[in-house]
Amino acid sequence: MVYDIIIIGSGPGGYVTAIRAAQLGFKTAIIEREHLGGICLNWGCIPTKALLRSAEIKHFCENAKDYGLTLSGKVAVDNSAVIARSRAVSARLNAGVGYLMKKNKIDVIWGEARLQGQKNGQTQIEVHKPLKPAYQPQHPVPKTVLGEGVYEARHVILATGARPRALPGIEPDGKFIWTYFEAMVPPKLPKSLIIMGSGAIGVEFASFYRDMGAEVTIIELMPQILPVEDSEISAFARKQLERRGIRIMTSAKVIKVEKGADSVTAHVESSGKVETITADRLIAAVGVQGNIENLGLEALGVKTGRGCIITDEWSRTNIAGIYAIGDVAGAPMLAHKAEEEGVICVEKLADLPDIHPLDKSKIPGCTYCRPQIASVGLTEKKAQEAGYDIRIGRYSFAANGKAVALGEDQGLVKVIFDNKTGRLLGAHMVGAEVTELIQGFVVAMNLETTEEELMHTVFPHPTLSEMMKESVLDAYGRVLNA
Amino acid sequence: MSIKITMPALSPTMETGNLAKWLVKEGDSVRSGDVIAEIETDKATMEVEAADEGVVAKLVVPAGSDNVKVNSLIAVLAEEGEDAAQVAKNALAENGSAAVPAPQQQQAGTGSALPVPAGQNSAAAGEQNPVSAAKTAGIFASPLARRLAAQAGLNLTAITGSGPRGRIIQRDVEAAKRAGGAAAAAGAAAGSAPAPAADESAILAVFRPEDYKIVPHQPIRKVIARRLVESKQHIPHFYVTADCNLDALLKLRSDLNMAAPVIKKEEGSAPAYRLSVNDMIIKAVAVALKRVPDANVSWLDSGMIRHKHSDIGVAVAIPDGLITPIIRQAEEKSLSAISAEMKDLIKRAKQMKLKPEEYQGGTSSVSNMGMFGVKDFAAIINPPQATIFAIGAGEKRATVKDGAVVSADIMSVTLSADHRAVDGALAAELVQCFKNIIENPLALLI
Repeated sequence: MVYDIIIIGSGPGGYVTAIRAAQLGFKTAIIEREHLGGICLNWGCIPTKALLRSAEIKHFCENAKDYGLTLSGKVAVDNSAVIARSRAVSARLNAGVGYLMKKNKIDVIWGEARLQGQKNGQTQIEVHKPLKPAYQPQHPVPKTVLGEGVYEARHVILATGARPRALPGIEPDGKFIWTYFEAMVPPKLPKSLIIMGSGAIGVEFASFYRDMGAEVTIIELMPQILPVEDSEISAFARKQLERRGIRIMTSAKVIKVEKGADSVTAHVESSGKVETITADRLIAAVGVQGNIENLGLEALGVKTGRGCIITDEWSRTNIAGIYAIGDVAGAPMLAHKAEEEGVICVEKLADLPDIHPLDKSKIPGCTYCRPQIASVGLTEKKAQEAGYDIRIGRYSFAANGKAVALGEDQGLVKVIFDNKTGRLLGAHMVGAEVTELIQGFVVAMNLETTEEELMHTVFPHPTLSEMMKESVLDAYGRVLNA
Repeated sequence: MSIKITMPALSPTMETGNLAKWLVKEGDSVRSGDVIAEIETDKATMEVEAADEGVVAKLVVPAGSDNVKVNSLIAVLAEEGEDAAQVAKNALAENGSAAVPAPQQQQAGTGSALPVPAGQNSAAAGEQNPVSAAKTAGIFASPLARRLAAQAGLNLTAITGSGPRGRIIQRDVEAAKRAGGAAAAAGAAAGSAPAPAADESAILAVFRPEDYKIVPHQPIRKVIARRLVESKQHIPHFYVTADCNLDALLKLRSDLNMAAPVIKKEEGSAPAYRLSVNDMIIKAVAVALKRVPDANVSWLDSGMIRHKHSDIGVAVAIPDGLITPIIRQAEEKSLSAISAEMKDLIKRAKQMKLKPEEYQGGTSSVSNMGMFGVKDFAAIINPPQATIFAIGAGEKRATVKDGAVVSADIMSVTLSADHRAVDGALAAELVQCFKNIIENPLALLI
């Protein structure tokens, strides 16, 4: 059978693309070698949110007295139960993807894919046993899948995702040097931890393990933690994390790691001095790299660069009939970027009218540490570099009624406008629940708001969202409650 | 109590109007029904009557103000016994200076309209430029696109939207700006003349500045431009031409006019009617559409509008452009009724005093350039109509009759048809039917 579209990889990019393709009437199949839902559902976004929820509830319990509640006894962590819950959450969503494939009549082909060649306008794909075993434990394979063999499709969309990047000399070993895989299912909780890299993954694990009682040191090469975030927000978050007892070293580089009997020692170079830090475990969270190997890209001559597949604005590679979306197609490596990219890719294949390439300047980013961080658009620095005459508004959680009532009065909302046009260039937030708030600004930006519409929008009282309006008012010298 | 006079809405969709002229001045006494001002919209000039009597205490909006919002205060009357000066003062205080439309001056060279002083309503650079705000009100565009267009002096009506459902968004405005290359700085800097849209600077670049002057468009010219571009871009036009022998029609017209009873009036006696060839053509088109009902239609994406009557628009040249007042149900009207109605419509069209319902709609149109000696031409369809008849001059031409060359009065007619709604054979049938009626004009009397 010849498929209209075969998607390789069933992460959030791949499976959402498959559903959209099926909705558009394409005969669609998806090839997966390990787990429906990809890293996101199985080893990333979702199970970490479950872990962080356990950490948050522990934090609430330990501070119950602040809310007039007495908890007799101590809140104890049952490590295996915390992990079991995280796995159960993941399993439920993993099964959900299986259901969605069935419901949309998408064939699931189990195995690892390799592009074989192209003839008669079709691409042949060989599906074989995975070359490397998958990280264990895995959720069960869906009941009805197609097996190894050669499959043909008119269009092939590569959605193979990414994996943790390994630095030479500091390669993860699964025992002392962890990646997110091991960090998500620790056999026992480490008492101390070194985290290399302070992107979303590093900071989330730092937050989780600190709440679980570990001594945590973050080592970041760049001058600020969360390097892609606005520096003011980053500085605010840093102060909060340090207040929680997390040690943070920036402009610092791990030059060597030595393994002991049950510990690791990192040699860290910072401002010309070398310091040694010893901890039970080290998590390498220095970014991810695209899964471009063993895909048969070379056979077809598909161009790659910087560890990713090179695509145009419609996710087309240099070879007709071959497309790439999501992490494997380059930054920003975010699930929601992959989903939208895939949807646009197949809508373009369906020749729907009024399709436009993804506007990467309006993709939000969220980090679920405590306090949370969320942002969309340009940072203050980027806006200045782009030559905008900017206008900034800020609003503090300390002045918001709901935040004070929640006992979450530490946070900041910052908005950046183009002074000339009133265009909202960026929004940046740190504090409780900001990951749920950011979407208000994202919608506004996508509808191409100016300050005027935001000022005339009624925000419900009392909510944290009122801070969004106040920050806009502040940018124009009209803040009310400050 | 003072009496407030506000900007009237002349049509349900009207949002702003131009206060063309005051016919009273402050201190004048007015009675109910007196005409006090003339209001101009894009297609019509209307008179504003006083609803009450009183003394004009204050003309709040000066004559010549453009884009005055509907329902905004334009004048105040003092009632009997009231002190006009005090009424004027109170009214102004109440109204606040904000409601008075800002004078329509381009703020060229002052840079951005923002920042707005703290404490004031920051509302929009867009609103600070009443022209653009009013012009763009009914257009589907993002807030940012509106503001960018206003700042660039671009007319949103000239920009095609690429957003969902054709919404005009930032990139469309930026593309329009780029298309024009460098913005038309010269025009903006001059201050007096409106800045040409950015994409026009390339056109101006090929003329020497001392060799032309730019005359700002009247509202009606912009409407004509927009509607005709829409029509030619969206309607697949095709054309069918036929020659009609006018001999019988000219004779009938002459006979009918001779037979007109004479009516005595104050200014002297005059015949009760005097039919023009055009009146007869209007009726002929109406009857032809009645006989070929499949062609009396309008295209909608969702279905075909099949019209029950022949409402015929007639192109009338007016000083600033043209307008097509409509003879409703022309197939049922007598020639003399059509003639009388046409005279009234033409007169009021030239005074810009037609009401919107008198020129909107219609099921077909007649455009007659015969009086200019034009042999034939093709007209642009007037949406939502599907056809228009372009009428050339009736002239003596050599024609063949019964195998011999003879001289006859011949008129060429060219039908423009919307191919979505009217196919070629149908258009040919309609033209043939029209020709038949013209050549056997007694049909016009039935």
